[in-house]
Amino acid sequence: MFATSNEVNTDMKFRTIGRHLKESLKNIVRNGWMTFASVSAVTVTLVLVGVFFIILMNLNQVATSIEEDVEIKVLIDTTATDADQEKLTQQIKDISEVGSVTFSSKEKELDALIDSFGEDADLFKQLYEERNPLNAAFIVKTKDPLDTMKAAEKIEKLDFVYKVRYGQNDVEKLFDIIKVSRNVGIVLIIGLLFTAIFLISNTIKITIVARRKEIEIMRLVGATNSFIRWPFFLEGLWLGILGSIIPITAIIVLYKEISTFLEPKLVGNFIQILDFNPFAYQVSGILLLIGCVIGVWGSLMSVHKFLKI
Amino acid sequence: MIVMKDVYKRYPNGVVAANGIDVQIDQGEFVYVVGTSGAGKSTFIKMMYREEKPTKGTIVVNGIDITKIKNSKIAHFRRGIGVVFQDFKLLPKLTVYENIAYALEVIEESPKLIKKRVMAVLDLVNLKHKARMLPDELSGGEQQRISIARSIVNSPRVVIADEPTGNLDPETTWDIMKIFEEINSRGTTVIMATHNKDIVNTRKHRVIAIEEGMIVRDEQRGEYGYEI
Repeated sequence: MFATSNEVNTDMKFRTIGRHLKESLKNIVRNGWMTFASVSAVTVTLVLVGVFFIILMNLNQVATSIEEDVEIKVLIDTTATDADQEKLTQQIKDISEVGSVTFSSKEKELDALIDSFGEDADLFKQLYEERNPLNAAFIVKTKDPLDTMKAAEKIEKLDFVYKVRYGQNDVEKLFDIIKVSRNVGIVLIIGLLFTAIFLISNTIKITIVARRKEIEIMRLVGATNSFIRWPFFLEGLWLGILGSIIPITAIIVLYKEISTFLEPKLVGNFIQILDFNPFAYQVSGILLLIGCVIGVWGSLMSVHKFLKI
Repeated sequence: MIVMKDVYKRYPNGVVAANGIDVQIDQGEFVYVVGTSGAGKSTFIKMMYREEKPTKGTIVVNGIDITKIKNSKIAHFRRGIGVVFQDFKLLPKLTVYENIAYALEVIEESPKLIKKRVMAVLDLVNLKHKARMLPDELSGGEQQRISIARSIVNSPRVVIADEPTGNLDPETTWDIMKIFEEINSRGTTVIMATHNKDIVNTRKHRVIAIEEGMIVRDEQRGEYGYEI
């Protein structure tokens, strides 16, 4: 008995879903120009959102890698004995913010300096190999990059510390720029999303005014509000999906081009962009999701008004 | 059965369209609602299928107090009422058959039942042979017959018609009246707002006259009572 009634219900549900799907697709085709306008609104929004998003995420990546690369160079006074150095190591390690301490002998420091001169290196090699003027150093990394300044100040006060260097001004400026661009980007993305929702809801509203009679009749013959809403929900979904095709294709193609172009140039540099895989696909997924959400939201917002009783 | 008790309706613009209406309409009655334009006929009728909600008072239709009904239950309530309009309200892109079937599709009836019922009502309004045509290809009278067929296809206990013959010529008007009387003879309550003096005075039924939102006359087998 129960099984039979359940079967009937399930059968009915499938038929209803089929009807809604058919209705929504028919409406997409029937309101050709309005569909075009809505899809264009989604497309433009998603292209802009996608571009901003990619820039933002890469800035974030750069910021993180810079944060990770920030280190304090502690130049050791040339008068320090091995025992003094040993003591200093321990003192630095005892500072609560410090994560790791690596020793770099003055020969190693010289090699690094000479390397950095590139083609002219040989000249310097001859000049300096006889008498190395450099100091031995500790490379100190803090547990949290943001504590760099604090740790540096503490280290500076210790004995046998000749100089402390961590590129303070550059790092801080860079952090500031990244912070500002992150905030601006987020505000822009939110603004764009709202504009798109309003554009879509207005476009769909125009098509709904034409379909007012249909909604009126549906209500009169006893269709429930959710039954009336379903085709509009699906229509919004189609608009979102259609609207995200171009942005997703553009982003996958362009990001591929950009990463193939930039990656060889960035090798060895501290700035790295996010890998094409999975980043481009993740962004595509996010854009598809945003497209669907704004399509559905815009569509339901505009039908809402006609369902008030 | 429809019972209205002490019903008031004041619109936001201050117009009072119902001013203390008390009335009872029994199952199976045929009732004309008459009155000049703006007297409150439409509001009286719209309140019966909960298109308008009264400011005060209670309205019970088919045993449901529709002044207290939840919004989510209105759709189900409306399935027990058929509504016919002066302007037919047919969907131009659907065929005659589809227009009627539509009323059953939206309440998720099975295709088998839909076909059976649609053919039955098309038979009743004598338009079986035009099932595949579009509304535009039909005359006004035929379109109204389709609209009536749609209103009764889910076997409502009450049919409410707001000036159903307002756009039709006299001859067609009589055809439409015959259909309403046929529906009524099967036990369905018919409530019809009209300006047609000839109909009211010739096909005698109960007449409720409304003036300034009040029932000023309620007679069994009444007269139209207004000069046109």
